[in-house]
Amino acid sequence: MNLLEMKNVKKSFGDLQVLRDISLEVGDGEIVSIIGPSGSGKSTLLRCATLLENMDAGMLKYEDEIVAKDDPNGKAVYADKKTIKRIKSVYGLVFQQFNLFPHWNVLRNVTDAVINVQKKSKSEAEKIGKELLDKMGLLDKAEYYPYQLSGGQQQRVAIARALALNPKVLFFDEPTSALDPELTGEVLKVIKSLKDLHIAMVIVTHEMAFARDISDKVIFMADGVIVEQGSAEEVFNSENERMRLFLGRYKDIL
Amino acid sequence: MSISQIILELFEGLLVSVQIFAITLLFSLPLGLVVALGRMSKNSTVSGITKVYISIMRGTPLMLQLFVVYYGPYYLFNIKLNPTYRNMAVYIGFIINYAAYFAEIYRSGIQSMPVGQYEAADILGYSKVQTFFSIIMPQVIKRILPSVTNEVITLVKDTSLAFSISVMEMFTKAKALSSSQTSMTPLIVAGVFYYVFNFIVAYMMEKAEKKLDYYK
Ligand SMILES: Nc1ncnc2c1ncn2[C@@H]1O[C@H](COP(=O)(O)OP(=O)(O)OP(=O)(O)O)[C@@H](O)[C@H]1O
Ligand SMILES: [Mg+2]
Repeated sequence: MNLLEMKNVKKSFGDLQVLRDISLEVGDGEIVSIIGPSGSGKSTLLRCATLLENMDAGMLKYEDEIVAKDDPNGKAVYADKKTIKRIKSVYGLVFQQFNLFPHWNVLRNVTDAVINVQKKSKSEAEKIGKELLDKMGLLDKAEYYPYQLSGGQQQRVAIARALALNPKVLFFDEPTSALDPELTGEVLKVIKSLKDLHIAMVIVTHEMAFARDISDKVIFMADGVIVEQGSAEEVFNSENERMRLFLGRYKDIL
Repeated sequence: MSISQIILELFEGLLVSVQIFAITLLFSLPLGLVVALGRMSKNSTVSGITKVYISIMRGTPLMLQLFVVYYGPYYLFNIKLNPTYRNMAVYIGFIINYAAYFAEIYRSGIQSMPVGQYEAADILGYSKVQTFFSIIMPQVIKRILPSVTNEVITLVKDTSLAFSISVMEMFTKAKALSSSQTSMTPLIVAGVFYYVFNFIVAYMMEKAEKKLDYYK
């Protein structure tokens, strides 16, 4: 069974059609990268998958629960609040701008939702939080506030925060785009290390070498459609003209 | 009348002023938040009504509002209220006026919050109420504290407007003493009291701001 399934997803902002008929599947523990030029709709796709944005038409399904599907007029209709609330525990999202809560220290950023959303005990939450911070190499920063950390450290806290809720799939929207090259490396290394947690990851990225190395599947988007998808090898060696044109810019690093 | 008698008289008035000040804050701060939420409501009737309310409260003199609250029940509805209503009228007048100012401060604070905070909270599964009270409001309070300080200091001075409906607060007393004694002294003493009152208030607000300095 697929963990995530999106079918014929369409989304417009006013007159601008950003997603035109996107279909994709993510299996348990699968690592999928989404690449493509700026403005091709990658973030919008993630935002539809994580319910930050409602799609206009199409089907969205997590495991065997339908989150949204078309009505007879071809307009997406969403499930009731209870289903949506349940679905939200299946996935996590790591933002480009981290979006940590500045008024809480690192440990509270990681544990608060475990306590107040998942209703686990404080001691259990702190055990989970400390283990994850240790994994991120940030245990000594547990009492720090976000503003006292570098961008790379903040992003690692954001990853720990998402993992603390034990999601089955974790989405990343350009997790390193706000970072300097040195800091990019440390965050990519952490994401690579998540492979042995066997959770699925869907990563929008402009780091082509990283996408090629980590992914079970690569999706190339342009102008709101999926132009190419397959194994990293297939996609990066594709003869498709748009793909070649896009990859041309990254020739020297691949 | 000796200076110590004057000080004693005015000190009694000061206690009344402090009471008006404290009760106004106690009720107008939470009421202001409710009004701000009404103002931002998606329901256009609710947001329309609160918008008119705020605009009237900010667009007319507080002294006039006190008159309306105090004399309104009699002139408009012919209801005779006993004289203790005087104090109640002052509280009501100040509370509804200050709630409108605080509402605008809350609103600007809430609207200045980056959308990423709401989105992160949503993804983590927080409810709307949890998000508002544990993630948004604590940050809003830090952001608006300087504007709130300004209002609070204005309120200290505004309590003197209660003289307009003859509530025995410090300014009313100072004015009465000054004319009965044909002396400036009561007014000067009252001025010193107001200054000290404000000094303490400003000091406490500064403390509060420092306390929230632990993050950026
Ligand atoms: N809320 C919105 N309102 C209007 N237009 C939007 C909105 N969000 C995105 N768009 C537009 O949709 C298009 C696709 O945006 P999107 O952010 O999904 O692209 P992207 O592939 O993530 O690009 P990038 O690589 O630059 O992040 C862009 O033209 C963008 O301007
Ligand atoms: Mg994007």
